[in-house]
Amino acid sequence: MRRLLDVLREDLRLTGTKEGCGEGECGACSVIVDGEVINSCLVPVCQTQKAQILTVEGLAMDGRLNGLQQAFLECGGAQCGICTPGMLIAARALLEANAQPSRDEIKEAIAGNLCRCTGYVKIIDAIEQAATAPAQIL
Amino acid sequence: MAVGKNILRKDGYEKLTGAARYVDDVTLEGMLYGKTIRSRIARGRIKSIAYDAAFDWSQIVIADYRDIPGKNYVALIEDDQPLLAENEIRHYAEPILLIAAANKDLLEAAAHHIHIEYEQWSPVLSIEDALACREIIYGTDNIFKRFLIGRGDVEEGFAQAERIIEGEYRVPHQEQLYIEPQGMIAIPGNEAMTLMGSMQCPYYIHKAIKQLFHLNDEQVVVIQMTTGGGFGGKEEYPSVIAAHAALLAHKAQRPVKLIYDRAEDIAATPKRHPGVIRHRTGVRRDGRMVASEIDLVFDGGAYVTLTPVVLSRGVIHALGPYACDNVRIQARAIATNTPPNGAFRGFGAPQVAFAYEMQMEKIAAELGMDSLELRRINMLREGDTTATGQTLIWSVGSEEVLNEAVERANYQAQRLAFSQSHSSIQTSTTNHVEAHKRRGIGLSFFLHGAGFTGSGEAKMKAQAGIEIMANGHPRVLSGSTEIGQGTRTIFSQIVAEELSLDFSAVEIEEPDTSRVPDSGPTVASRTCMVVGRVVQMAAREVKAKLLHFVAERFAAPEVELREGKFMVAEKALADFQEMACEYVNLFGELRCFAHYASPPEIEWNEETYSGDAYPVYSWGAEVAEVEVDMDTYEVTVVRLTTAQDIGRAIHPLLAAGQIEGGTLQAVGYGLLEELVWDQGRIINNRLTNYIIPTALDAPDMETIIVEKAYPHGPFGAKGVGELPINGAAPAIAAAVFQATGAFLSEIPITPERLQAAIEKVTTDEHR
Repeated sequence: MRRLLDVLREDLRLTGTKEGCGEGECGACSVIVDGEVINSCLVPVCQTQKAQILTVEGLAMDGRLNGLQQAFLECGGAQCGICTPGMLIAARALLEANAQPSRDEIKEAIAGNLCRCTGYVKIIDAIEQAATAPAQIL
Repeated sequence: MAVGKNILRKDGYEKLTGAARYVDDVTLEGMLYGKTIRSRIARGRIKSIAYDAAFDWSQIVIADYRDIPGKNYVALIEDDQPLLAENEIRHYAEPILLIAAANKDLLEAAAHHIHIEYEQWSPVLSIEDALACREIIYGTDNIFKRFLIGRGDVEEGFAQAERIIEGEYRVPHQEQLYIEPQGMIAIPGNEAMTLMGSMQCPYYIHKAIKQLFHLNDEQVVVIQMTTGGGFGGKEEYPSVIAAHAALLAHKAQRPVKLIYDRAEDIAATPKRHPGVIRHRTGVRRDGRMVASEIDLVFDGGAYVTLTPVVLSRGVIHALGPYACDNVRIQARAIATNTPPNGAFRGFGAPQVAFAYEMQMEKIAAELGMDSLELRRINMLREGDTTATGQTLIWSVGSEEVLNEAVERANYQAQRLAFSQSHSSIQTSTTNHVEAHKRRGIGLSFFLHGAGFTGSGEAKMKAQAGIEIMANGHPRVLSGSTEIGQGTRTIFSQIVAEELSLDFSAVEIEEPDTSRVPDSGPTVASRTCMVVGRVVQMAAREVKAKLLHFVAERFAAPEVELREGKFMVAEKALADFQEMACEYVNLFGELRCFAHYASPPEIEWNEETYSGDAYPVYSWGAEVAEVEVDMDTYEVTVVRLTTAQDIGRAIHPLLAAGQIEGGTLQAVGYGLLEELVWDQGRIINNRLTNYIIPTALDAPDMETIIVEKAYPHGPFGAKGVGELPINGAAPAIAAAVFQATGAFLSEIPITPERLQAAIEKVTTDEHR
């Protein structure tokens, strides 16, 4: 049995999705499977048959950052960058479900994604900023 | 102007698209995967190592200490840590063997077929054990290092004191918990052994590999890849991983990738030193400190590694941001049979900061005085003298940070309001909802020396350079690494500012030891203040050379460089890029290197451990507002307000990011993070049970940057990386003290620990 994470990283060479703990605690491996955020380290690849999967590599269009990525860049939401792909994915799923989240709703949505650099303040700022221009995100 | 502006970070695009390459993202042709086989006892010796005969070992590369060409030590302060254990085991998870295979499944299978038998000896597992000397595991007394510093006459000071207050404080291990686990790739070659991976200090690895493999400077190349957080945890330990990978690669003659999983990373790599710190303070009735005696003991773990330097920062910061004429501070670091403790943001200072700030709370409580007032009476100001006899001559933002934090948090009014609400709760037993949650507000005040301690920078003579590329743009050559804190961005800003160019014109060379000079390690809040200064000086040299060149070429004596153009008065002669290209075409290259020289005003005496311990200090004050659930004893930090004097924020957004991140890491230190040990083994070495703050644990934060310019920093900048880790734990403990009446002298303030402290207060009150 292989994990979705391994297939993404090793077979498809989509290395933007990261492994931080291998047990679903850190969220660095977050991807969206059929509209739902999951930890790809906990999902056997066989369960994703015919599923639509969105990874960080699918966010920018033609090499241009989307509104969410741009907001992270402008607000200082990425430092070392290792949690960033998972954080972007969690934020994307939130904004798809809730276009105008409150700060508390943002915190709740990214609570499964650990960041050790930022203290989360600027990540929350970035998601809040991105929500002001939803057309550029999805 | 580039300095002071929030330009978009240089490494942003790659990090936001997933294109940035971290070590585990790289797969090379013919690469093997490596694994470390570690001890499963804390102390003893290896009796035998057996390999199952039934297993096919032909596909496995095995290396042990006998494969090391040089001496079996990891180069650091003392040659006492073997790269691989030979016989004696001094801590759990000590590396013994290395194996490599073409795939991970085979590697794991092989590991299960190796059986190591041990003879177990009685381990030393705590500070108390080590000091009791029942078992001797280092020297004659288990003591790695001692310091004694002080000034004045402590006995005379205590004689003048009207009250003498004693306190004992305990601080735990803390794991850095960078989200990217440690890892390295070694590539053997005819010309050189190349190491690439996650690290803070390429030249530490360079030195260690040269020594272990008997190689010269050119035969080792170390390249930093995008690094997913360090916090000190990737200062010294990557040398071990690099050497392990190199040993396997050397034996296999193939590239080897060695990546730790989270469990191994927590089990084996260094932590923040735990400590016991005792204060005995003599004060007058008005609160003035007249004598201070401090004794601190840090647990260094099984090998010396960086412990003496951590202890030295601890002893120098032990009195905190306070003035006292009669001081004696004794510091000892002891050995235990636990994995070596090492560098972690703050490096000895957060431990003593918890102790000195809680001691201030204790003194204030015993004198019946407001602790803010007590701090104001004793605080260091410009012109005052520290415990090492250093007179503070510049950039002292102590009063500003304290005033800013207190005002912005509305500290005094809130403190009064909470204390009144507590007395009303005590008189009304009917209002259970109110009694169920208690609010409190607390304060901490701290300083942090920037750069290496003592004569460290003078000895290091950090180097950096700038070269002009073929397109006429400058490129920075420096061994300082980007670990998320913004090195690449701020160096670009400094150079852009000096050369009056747009920051996008500045390129930063990859930290690769074959291409950049040794700028010293990326530690000690020194990258901006020290290396940034060197980069600035190199830029000035480039500028001077080009000005001279342009002046001659145009026969114009009064040339200036403004907004990317060489000007005579208001007339533009040529632009920077054009002249820089012409210079390179004519002379072949334009490269300028500079090295760091300590400010001439700074004097440090290594023998007496006195004088100017740091060229300058950064200052901070923090206010924490907490809510304590009196049923579950959970502490929620509602709000944190912090003011920090960092000289000058080269990039205010990045600086605030450092402050917020460091502050939350310190919330973890104060409230959540605790390693659980069983016979020298960490049993919660997973993210499931080693708890770090999530977004839901993150309080609202207000960050105020105070800028008291430091004349020897680039554009006035001092250090920022470590300062914020000092403040949150004592501020939270002070707030919990106000909320509950329970004085916590040990962190983290877990519900269990708080419950015990509150029950003790209740029992004492009923007595």
